[in-house]
Amino acid sequence: MSSKHFALKFLREETLPTAFCPGCGNGIVMNCFLKAIEELGFHDLSGFAFVSGIGCAAWCVSPYFKADSLHTTHGRPIAFASGLKLARPELNVIVISGDGDIAGIGGNHLIHAARRNMDLLVICINNFNYGMTGGQVGPTTLHGVITTTTPYGNPEYPFDLARLVESAGANFVARWTTVHVRPLINSIKKALKKEGFRFIEVVSQCPTSFGRRIGKRTGRDLMKWFKERSIHISKVRDTQRVEDVIVVGEFVDRDRPGFVHKIREIIFKVRGENV
Amino acid sequence: MSERKNKEVLSGVHFWQGDIACAEGAIAAGCRFFAGYPITPASEIAEHMAKRLPEVGGIYVQMEDEIASISAVIGASWGGLKAMTATSGPGFSLMQENIGYACMTETPCVIVDVQRVGPSTGQATKAAQGDVMQARWGTHGDHEVIVLSPNSPQEMFDLTIKAFNLAEIYRVPVIVLSDEIVGHMWEKVRVPSPEEIEVYNRRKPSYIGEPIFGGVGEVGVPPMPRIGDGFNLLITGSTHNEYGYRKTVDPEVHRRLVTRIVNKIRKNADKIIDVETQDIEDADIGVISYGCTSRSVYDAVILAEEKGIKIGHVRLRTIWPFPEKVVRELAERVDFILVPEMNLGQLIYEVERVVGCEAHVKAISKIGGGEMITPEEILSEIRKLLGR
Repeated sequence: MSSKHFALKFLREETLPTAFCPGCGNGIVMNCFLKAIEELGFHDLSGFAFVSGIGCAAWCVSPYFKADSLHTTHGRPIAFASGLKLARPELNVIVISGDGDIAGIGGNHLIHAARRNMDLLVICINNFNYGMTGGQVGPTTLHGVITTTTPYGNPEYPFDLARLVESAGANFVARWTTVHVRPLINSIKKALKKEGFRFIEVVSQCPTSFGRRIGKRTGRDLMKWFKERSIHISKVRDTQRVEDVIVVGEFVDRDRPGFVHKIREIIFKVRGENV
Repeated sequence: MSERKNKEVLSGVHFWQGDIACAEGAIAAGCRFFAGYPITPASEIAEHMAKRLPEVGGIYVQMEDEIASISAVIGASWGGLKAMTATSGPGFSLMQENIGYACMTETPCVIVDVQRVGPSTGQATKAAQGDVMQARWGTHGDHEVIVLSPNSPQEMFDLTIKAFNLAEIYRVPVIVLSDEIVGHMWEKVRVPSPEEIEVYNRRKPSYIGEPIFGGVGEVGVPPMPRIGDGFNLLITGSTHNEYGYRKTVDPEVHRRLVTRIVNKIRKNADKIIDVETQDIEDADIGVISYGCTSRSVYDAVILAEEKGIKIGHVRLRTIWPFPEKVVRELAERVDFILVPEMNLGQLIYEVERVVGCEAHVKAISKIGGGEMITPEEILSEIRKLLGR
């Protein structure tokens, strides 16, 4: 029996250990994703293509995943992935990137890909800040929080990403935290089997750039905080706001035809045959 | 089969708008992916692609903005398709960051810029030639792109094919720098038979593990696989070694990579450059032109001949890399070189750099309202300079 960690067969071993800070949540997300792949019966990542943008979360796939990866410009992975998916519809195209990348600079691509129901799985690792650049305020940073660019407290309010993407038209939306390992794996498995736009937000810890400024200096402190604040969507009350609780669960699960399907219909209509 | 071929290459003589000819040139070159965003005066290219691409089994997608458009084009190119977008000044500005990404990752793609009056929103429906330097230097960092300048609907067709071929051969973004006049002009366009059209495709690696970002000497172009073919590709806009691994602090890796992606264009400039010359051997005066303005120079050549003046005309089909040799050749033969441009001076700086003290270089500039520089204006400037 091999004593090797199951995930190693999906990783470029020569690139390990990762460059992530001690306590970072990225490793948990990588682990959950690869566990989902393993449980679905894949032995390698050959049918997959990974696209990421700029930021710590974007490094999960590039260079660590032993797979094709397109490490793009800041904010644009969903747009790059859209072109790739349309060119190679037979591939399972996955975007894994951070909240600043996907919901900040790339927010426009996020909502339009959801509206278009583009056949992509997007995993957004939300650590509430721009971690790689030193902990600046971002589109998900909680109101009032002190960051390097909100030294007097954040005057803005955060996006509720899961609900944003749900209302934009995605086929599947879930939100979990790095504490919810098993439900996260299950949601990834479910999402991988669906077409159209699928979005999973994973609330994740950044002790280095974010946690220490809110008095939670370790990954463990932050994960404890996630656990205390999380409430399942089935138990949520209308009065609870995104800045008070972390609503977790599956927000939507529907089966509208994906964009690739629609494009194929058009080509079929025009040519009278399949391509 | 023959019917299929007929849909891909519409052989015959057509009365086409420049923008339509551009779209048809792309399809004839094998373009099967277009992502774009509406903008005057380039929208007709997107509209024509939306109609035509499904007929040939290709993909048209209208993205949410120009940044997304060029991103999708690069993604599709790595998916193995020949891919294009078309825009005008404001959208071209938005695309610049990812044009740099395409340079750095050596991604073949074609960007059509149908120039309009800028800066900013400017005069959206009017022609200009104000993006010459943006096409060359719009993205940050050391890089080389190829920029072609058509002056007729026929050349919108021909040079778009050429743009795809150069993109595929050199793994580089190629810009078709058109303008509102050429883009909206209707003229006769002859589409050759498919057999007459030369089409090049990117070289594929011969084995898994072959370096695809180097390992080809100092001016070479490495092979390019598709995503999804088992290569475990690492594609990144960060500095990377020949296997794609990020090397963001190693000075040697950066020098090697960026010097090569610059030199693969610079050192092959003679093979890339395409110019048209008229009467430069025994010219009295030189004119260097490109795009719509060159059409006025053709007429000025005839008008000048009537006055007994011989214009040596160099018309640049390739703007970048800049055709230094022929410009220098012209400078050795004449005392004055005129550079008519629908801007306040862009290409003229490059002409001055190359000509040095060999000849006097003078601009004819006109901006606003899309008004062309007329043959009479060119002739009057020439007569002033020559004193006859």
